[in-house]
Amino acid sequence: MKTDLLINGNRRTLDADNRTSLLDALRHHLGLTGAKKGCDHGQCGACTVLINGRRINACLTLACMHDGDEITTIEGLGSAEALSPMQRAFVNHDGFQCGYCTPGQICSATAMLEEIEAGWPSHVTADMTAKPSLDEHEIGERMSGNLCRCAAYPNIVDAIRDAAWRDQE
Amino acid sequence: MKPFAYDRATHPSDIAFADAGAAIIAGGTNLLDLMKLEVMTPDRLFDINRMDLSSIQQTENGGLKVETLVTNSDLAADMRVRQHWPVLSRALLAGASGQLRNKATTGGNLLQRTRCHYFYDTAMPCNKREPGSGCGAMGGVNRINAVLGTSDKCIATHPSDMAVALRALGATVEVRKKSGAVQSLPLGTLYVLPGDTPERETVLEAGDLITAVCLPPPVKGRQIYRKVRDRASYAFALVSVAAVVEVVDGKIARADLAFGGLAPVPWRDGAVEELLIGNAPSTSLFDAAADQLLRTAKGHGGNDFKIPLARRTLKAVLEEATR
Repeated sequence: MKTDLLINGNRRTLDADNRTSLLDALRHHLGLTGAKKGCDHGQCGACTVLINGRRINACLTLACMHDGDEITTIEGLGSAEALSPMQRAFVNHDGFQCGYCTPGQICSATAMLEEIEAGWPSHVTADMTAKPSLDEHEIGERMSGNLCRCAAYPNIVDAIRDAAWRDQE
Repeated sequence: MKPFAYDRATHPSDIAFADAGAAIIAGGTNLLDLMKLEVMTPDRLFDINRMDLSSIQQTENGGLKVETLVTNSDLAADMRVRQHWPVLSRALLAGASGQLRNKATTGGNLLQRTRCHYFYDTAMPCNKREPGSGCGAMGGVNRINAVLGTSDKCIATHPSDMAVALRALGATVEVRKKSGAVQSLPLGTLYVLPGDTPERETVLEAGDLITAVCLPPPVKGRQIYRKVRDRASYAFALVSVAAVVEVVDGKIARADLAFGGLAPVPWRDGAVEELLIGNAPSTSLFDAAADQLLRTAKGHGGNDFKIPLARRTLKAVLEEATR
């Protein structure tokens, strides 16, 4: 199935087997290996990318379902020369050990801050109609779709809080 | 994954061409997982994401019509839902992860499949996946399985949190039949108990499409969704309770209760509600309600704990709701 994708601002055309997941399309057909394959079943979050600004698991969707969609991967958030604020915060706070889950963590956290900005509540939000805060319980709950086998969680939480704080300045 | 034909369906009438070998894909977060494992092997996928079915509208009677492609994230965050049907937002937010809720849709959530380990493992017997092959969960690892509404063929649970809240709220499901007729079903009648045919989970037939879920007008009372699970986030319910409870003049006037994690369908038991209504809240009343709920409960070894856990969860919810 021929599929047009707008990936990190570049129009790319893919002609792949229907069965190709978006994750495999990115990694094996389009040379974007930032998104990682951890579990391939939506349990670990290593494959997290943004579709039309929203975070999703790239392993649990087919590339052919995204004709015309705008996709942002870790490569589109920043570069080694110009890190995004979230990438910079992960470096500053040492928010990783092996680094395998990191692209997913950063994509997820970047979109998560947008969700908070939009006022979305979470499972741990006490008042469903108030603007949510960004304490460690909220960050932990909202980031529960991203696992870190090295358990770098304390520094990941610090990095996200720092990036959010800089965002508000 | 087995090969399949892929069609972009743009209008509900396109689905009428679906036969028993076809599947409808919306979010796809459960279907693709099952297709990777070859638990489900559709020969054709109808992608309905381009249908114009993504809005949430107020209905004439003051209820809400949630079209089938509304994502779990958008539904949970809708301010009308948060204000007037908060048990639904709570249930949605208690399920899955941020990434999955962004993809998962209203109709797809209702039709997701059980997470029974034996359904997922094609090397094991499972009457739901392969009718007549037996049930691996009975006498097997059945910690997550059902204690109510089961049969000697199947003890799988329905995994949805959203459906439990919708059951408590008395939601109806709008279905466009293969013939083009539109049908409105109370959520409780969408699902069927396993009996001798656990492979059949709903009354829907090939070519039918859920187009919306309708919430009745808001009612007074406390709304609570309590979910008990093995970890604090991103896990299925062992037991969950959705409750809409109102106390008037010291007596329970409304007790709409639905249960997750216990049964093959989002469970509701009118006898429990009748027992509570008209009475003053008390521990002994709540115990009697739990007795009624669990009068036919049957454990299978690994899930025996769910029976006392359901009792305690129900009592805790009723205590909180009537405080």
